[in-house]
Amino acid sequence: MNFLTELFSYLFKRKKWKLLPIIIILLIFGVLVILSEYSLISPFVYTLF
Amino acid sequence: MRILGISGFYHDSAAALVENEKIIAAAQEERFTRMKHDASFPLNAIESCLKAGNTDLSAVDFVVFYDKPFIKFERLLETYMDYAPRGFSSFRQAMPLWIKDKLFQKNNLLKHLKKLDPKFCASRLLFTEHHLAHAASAFYPSPFEEALVLTMDGVGEWTTTSAAIGNHNEIKIFKEIHFPHSLGLLYSAFTYYTGFKVNSGEYKLMGLAPYGVPKYESLILDNIIDLKEDGSFRLNMDYFDFCTELRMTNDEKFEALFGESRRESESPLRQFDMDLAASIQKVLEKAVIRLATHLQKVTGQQNLCLAGGVALNCVANGKLLQEGIFKDIYIQPAAGDAGGALGAAFYGYYQIKNNKRHANIDKMEGSYLGPQFDSEAITSSLTALGANFDVLTDDQLYDTVTNDLIEEQAIGWFQGRTEFGPRALGNRSIIADARSSKMQEKLNLKIKFRESFRPFAPAVLAEDASSWFDLKSASPYMLLVAGILKKHQTKLPKNYENLFGIEKLNIPRSSVPAITHVDFSARIQTVHKETNPRFHQLLSKFKEKTGCGILVNTSFNIRGEPIVLTPTDAFRCFMGTDMDVLVIGNCYLQKDNQNPLLKEDYKAQFHLD
Repeated sequence: MNFLTELFSYLFKRKKWKLLPIIIILLIFGVLVILSEYSLISPFVYTLF
Repeated sequence: MRILGISGFYHDSAAALVENEKIIAAAQEERFTRMKHDASFPLNAIESCLKAGNTDLSAVDFVVFYDKPFIKFERLLETYMDYAPRGFSSFRQAMPLWIKDKLFQKNNLLKHLKKLDPKFCASRLLFTEHHLAHAASAFYPSPFEEALVLTMDGVGEWTTTSAAIGNHNEIKIFKEIHFPHSLGLLYSAFTYYTGFKVNSGEYKLMGLAPYGVPKYESLILDNIIDLKEDGSFRLNMDYFDFCTELRMTNDEKFEALFGESRRESESPLRQFDMDLAASIQKVLEKAVIRLATHLQKVTGQQNLCLAGGVALNCVANGKLLQEGIFKDIYIQPAAGDAGGALGAAFYGYYQIKNNKRHANIDKMEGSYLGPQFDSEAITSSLTALGANFDVLTDDQLYDTVTNDLIEEQAIGWFQGRTEFGPRALGNRSIIADARSSKMQEKLNLKIKFRESFRPFAPAVLAEDASSWFDLKSASPYMLLVAGILKKHQTKLPKNYENLFGIEKLNIPRSSVPAITHVDFSARIQTVHKETNPRFHQLLSKFKEKTGCGILVNTSFNIRGEPIVLTPTDAFRCFMGTDMDVLVIGNCYLQKDNQNPLLKEDYKAQFHLD
């Protein structure tokens, strides 16, 4: 819950509401990812990620 | 007030503990885990800092993390949205990583910190922006009351370059250049195209540049980077793929522009690679000098502080110093992301908590800020390892070691606190006689197991530096390159300029050939009695016997390995290479006296960098 509060306060502070739809979709998918045992390997390129 | 700074989760995790303006300790996680550029939560580094401060986390007022994850996530999303549908494969790989882990960095940090202090709460965890942490790491430990602070790296959240004014205890950023326009990423792209590993091979590219001719400089300036009069710049993104793919450059466009394909990793170096290295180095120098010149004019500041990965380009730093734009330049020795931990701690102490700042000395203390081992710990480690060693007095030690150096032996020199930052500065170093003409090849191929073209740096008595090098300032952190004076250069054969890049290596160029690069430059470390009395004494003894107060100083590790931390690491590296002598504190070990069964295939244990 804390995380969501902080996320919304960040979006409000930086006025980045255009990111809200994609963040919601990603969080929904995120739940699915967490539920699966998908192995996460960081891509090699610099620190862009 | 005690503040702990943390960097991590991308590369070069580190921790730093600041107590009432003093840096108690700073350490990089890779030194403990033995994984180069380790990005994991810096638990070992934190524990070692707390131990050095004789304290625990419950007695630390605040912890400051060097980055703001939400803003970084915003940059990722906006970049993907701008380029969509291109970049889907990169998006597909990056998003799960963020959604499962990186977006919850605050929770992750809290979880880790609660293990060290069960009462640790969110109000004690603060965040600073990435470039502010870099700026803080350069300005706050500097001896300047007021300075221009310039930070340049690959990318932080959005910022790739920032200019700020540091004044007493406050840093105010007044100019930023944002992703994807980045000098760090530009240099990394050429690192990638010349077949080196991004994020570690940049140093090799810089070392390769003097073998080439900057024949592509105009081509790069006309097509790839638009460098404006005020030093700001725009990259032509047609040439780069890092926004959408898992590679740095658009190889087809690069090939069409330069007429040569990308070098495969570990394949032989071509003259083209050397010329490209020379060209991008020139472009970088031009960009940094133009930016610094403009900022000096606008602000009127006399002092400059530098940090961010680009500040590790000591050739560009040397050129900047030579230009004489600023009265004095201070470069954070851990200019990369590890230094962000220190910057975060200082930022928390001075700016967030508004504590008074006294700026009379360099607070980095020679960058000797990491763990150390007392003589009892050293002897018990060596005994447990089955090593044969003698314990010498200081006088015996300096006398014996200088004799060994004169006999062209390579010596592992391990003393006191380990260095913070990527350079070994005489406490975890391999040292050798700079006058030896065979030393560069011996060290590169038989000890470091690295590419034969790579140069070595000199450690010189601070008081002798100006009689050997064209250097107007102290360089205690090996972050300035300067030329060797004409009087020490040797006459070159007439065909020198026509030799193929690496053939130039075989021609002696000065009376100290092991540290003289093919363009007569050297990456200098000035050794000061105040910050490293033992190394200074060794150099003084060597000078007494030879008339030369210079030694080769290279990091105590092999290719792909983090610099050694403990006596055990040092002994294993010693036994796994052709190093002749090892000195740990006052313990003296000769290879010939060791049990041959203790030798191991050392280099297979580390991935090539």
